[in-house]
Amino acid sequence: MRRGQGVKIGIIIAVLLLSIWYLYPTLRLAIMSTAAKGKMDPRELAKLEKRAVKLGLDLKGGMHLVLEVDKTKLSAKEAPGAVDRALEIIRNRVDQFGVSEPLIQRAGKDRMIIELPGLQDPERAKELIGRTALLEFKLVENGKEAKGLFDRMDKALSGGEKEKKGEETKLKEMFKESPAGSLEAETSTSEEEHPLSYLMEFMDQSYGQVIVAEEDIPRVDSLLSRPEVKALVPPDMELEWSSAFDNYREERVKKLYLLKRKPELTGAHLTDAKVTIGRGLDPEIANRPVVNMRLDRRGARIFSRVTGANIGRLLAIILDGKVYSAPRIKSKIPDGRAIITGIGRMTEAKDLAIVLKAGALPAPVNTIEERTVGPSLGEDSIHQGTNAAIIGMILVVLFMVFYYKGAGLIADLALVLNIIFIMAALAGLRAALTLPGIAGIILTIGMAVDANVLIFERIREELRSGKTVRVAIDAGYSRAFRTILDANLTTFFTALILYLVGTGPIKGFGITLMLGIISSMFTAIVVTRVIFDSLTTGREVARLSI
Amino acid sequence: MEFLTGTNVNFIGKRKIAITGSLIVILIGIASLIIHGGPRYGIDFSGGTLLALHFSKPVPADQIRNALKDVQLEGESYDFSRAEIKRFGASTDVAVRVEEMGTGTKVGDAIKASLKAKFANYIPPKESDWVLKQEKVGPKIGRELKGKAVKAIFLALLIMLIYISIRFEFKFAVGALVALFHDVFITIGIFSLLNKEFSLAIIAALLTIVGYSLNDTIVVYDRIRENLRLMHRAGYGQAINSSINQTLSRTIITSLTTLLVIFTLYFLGGKVIRDFTFAMMIGVFVGTYSSIFIASPILVEWEARSAHRRR
Repeated sequence: MRRGQGVKIGIIIAVLLLSIWYLYPTLRLAIMSTAAKGKMDPRELAKLEKRAVKLGLDLKGGMHLVLEVDKTKLSAKEAPGAVDRALEIIRNRVDQFGVSEPLIQRAGKDRMIIELPGLQDPERAKELIGRTALLEFKLVENGKEAKGLFDRMDKALSGGEKEKKGEETKLKEMFKESPAGSLEAETSTSEEEHPLSYLMEFMDQSYGQVIVAEEDIPRVDSLLSRPEVKALVPPDMELEWSSAFDNYREERVKKLYLLKRKPELTGAHLTDAKVTIGRGLDPEIANRPVVNMRLDRRGARIFSRVTGANIGRLLAIILDGKVYSAPRIKSKIPDGRAIITGIGRMTEAKDLAIVLKAGALPAPVNTIEERTVGPSLGEDSIHQGTNAAIIGMILVVLFMVFYYKGAGLIADLALVLNIIFIMAALAGLRAALTLPGIAGIILTIGMAVDANVLIFERIREELRSGKTVRVAIDAGYSRAFRTILDANLTTFFTALILYLVGTGPIKGFGITLMLGIISSMFTAIVVTRVIFDSLTTGREVARLSI
Repeated sequence: MEFLTGTNVNFIGKRKIAITGSLIVILIGIASLIIHGGPRYGIDFSGGTLLALHFSKPVPADQIRNALKDVQLEGESYDFSRAEIKRFGASTDVAVRVEEMGTGTKVGDAIKASLKAKFANYIPPKESDWVLKQEKVGPKIGRELKGKAVKAIFLALLIMLIYISIRFEFKFAVGALVALFHDVFITIGIFSLLNKEFSLAIIAALLTIVGYSLNDTIVVYDRIRENLRLMHRAGYGQAINSSINQTLSRTIITSLTTLLVIFTLYFLGGKVIRDFTFAMMIGVFVGTYSSIFIASPILVEWEARSAHRRR
């Protein structure tokens, strides 16, 4: 036996055993039927799945989100910790939502990457992750205050309109002979003089709450957003819409509330939130989902004081700037319990409870990138991808045997080992196999073959020049080695850059390509050499099947 | 079995034709880029929203366009009928792409809601089967990804220039670099001619082409380095020409096996990676060509000019 041959064989066997150990969970899972998986101890199964080769979102289906924390409204004191807090809160929410193996990490200064594999309802997840969930309790101003404000707004608006229409009105006045409509105009609200309150209706004059018909909402919104109107809202008050539509006299309406700007209490004092189905006679509550909240000791004390001091007033429960409900305070509430009503569906209530428990985000987040792959596309991709890879590999294997005969068979063995090593490395490194990753593996198949082609062509050349088999093999390997090294190293650099600079799937491509290059160098040079040497030492070989 | 061994084709002698041919193809590509107003960027780079939907029955594109005329988004109606609508693989699958607008993923969700209302009968019973893909890339991310892609390509080229200069000579590095630019330009040009989109995956494909083409070039260079020592009497051009001939068999076989795999991927690998494998296919062809007809003849030209100057 040649020197070092034993060591080489030892290394190859060790690497192979290690690979099998890493691949064992993947293989077991692949062989197991769904029924068998169901029977297995779930903890055991989770352990296996954790050690198996992971599939990327593009193959498995799932959602990839990049969120940016909007720090523009934060003070200099709040800003630094905001992203970490948001990350923590979103992690809590996702944990309670129940997705297996979520990835939630910080990226750069203001960003977070969230990956949720195998997701069934992406829209719900987005809603759950992205909402700020700032819960506030604010007192509703009284009706007189609201009436006064809307009157002032009307005046500002109609004044502005009149200036524009000035000429026209003057003309009209000049030609008008009898003021027939003047009486009527004074008693009812006309659109011209009351452009805003014309669109609103007080249900009860004593509360600062009006209703607006669905079709008028955009108009009201645009009037309210005019700077001269906005400026009229006192600094300690604000206007907010109700979250959902109500039915009022067979019309779909929303409520507009005039609130105290300063919240009496926020969700920070919340300790628990649970969903139940409401009971009682109130149609707002009966048989509809209700979120029951519990406040901490301090929260309960504040709540007790606020409710005690404001009996008879409305207390609005506001989530992310939308009023969910504004019940009348009937009595002092001392036990720190409150409910949120006005929620449409049960799932919505459940999600609400989750976000309330997890806490409010310190600042709004914007989704700046989303990539969702539906489960069926993922299934298609993995099916077609693996099929293509296997067929491609079989074609290469056949070609090598056809062209290089016995030596081709040795190269094919190296090729199979190469694939095993790459998969094992992916499992060991916990790297995900993505679609570009499969492409990367296929490229390495090509390159692994290339190394052997280089060696075999050299050996053939040496044989042609009349050298013996033994010498030709030695010369072939040593001469081809430098070429293979140079060629592989340059490709390795490309892969490294892809890994370092790339994102998501391209990173995956870079990893598999790097692993593939290392592994193919090993199999194409070391493994095949050992086989050649074992076949040609100890006896005189006259002809080589190459 | 053997083929293409012991060939003696005068590759170097035909370098003028080859270089002219390449220049023409590159110029056509550049012309196409100018006519199209630059590369056609996918949403990865231009930003926007992409929806790929699977219907249970084929839905004509103009019906979808009609449905997009009035999309409710936060209480207001938007007209998305100028969206790009095309088939996504099978005839029942449709991809809708709209330009970037506003923040968040509301545009995609609003379009889905609008289509869901109008094509309720066409939606598969299991709703998770309906949405194949939903992507949204904000304009800021798009610009960043573009910057990163350009950076990656130049970084890759720079490192190779340095590596080859160290392992070989500077002129080899220049030759290899010209060949790489040649490959990348031709691939970009063909993509522009066929009006195909540039996405992140295509950038990965371009970089792989760079790696592959370089691999090929280095194998030839390695032989040239060896032959220049053995055949210094035969002259520079002769040494290079026989190097190309000696490695020709290997060059072709490796390209064949790689293409074998890429072809299977292209035809059987599914729609998601089709453009990626298409770019690779062009790249392997062009890369093989350039290592024979571009990278090596440049060495001859370089040597001829510097010999002329020495005299």
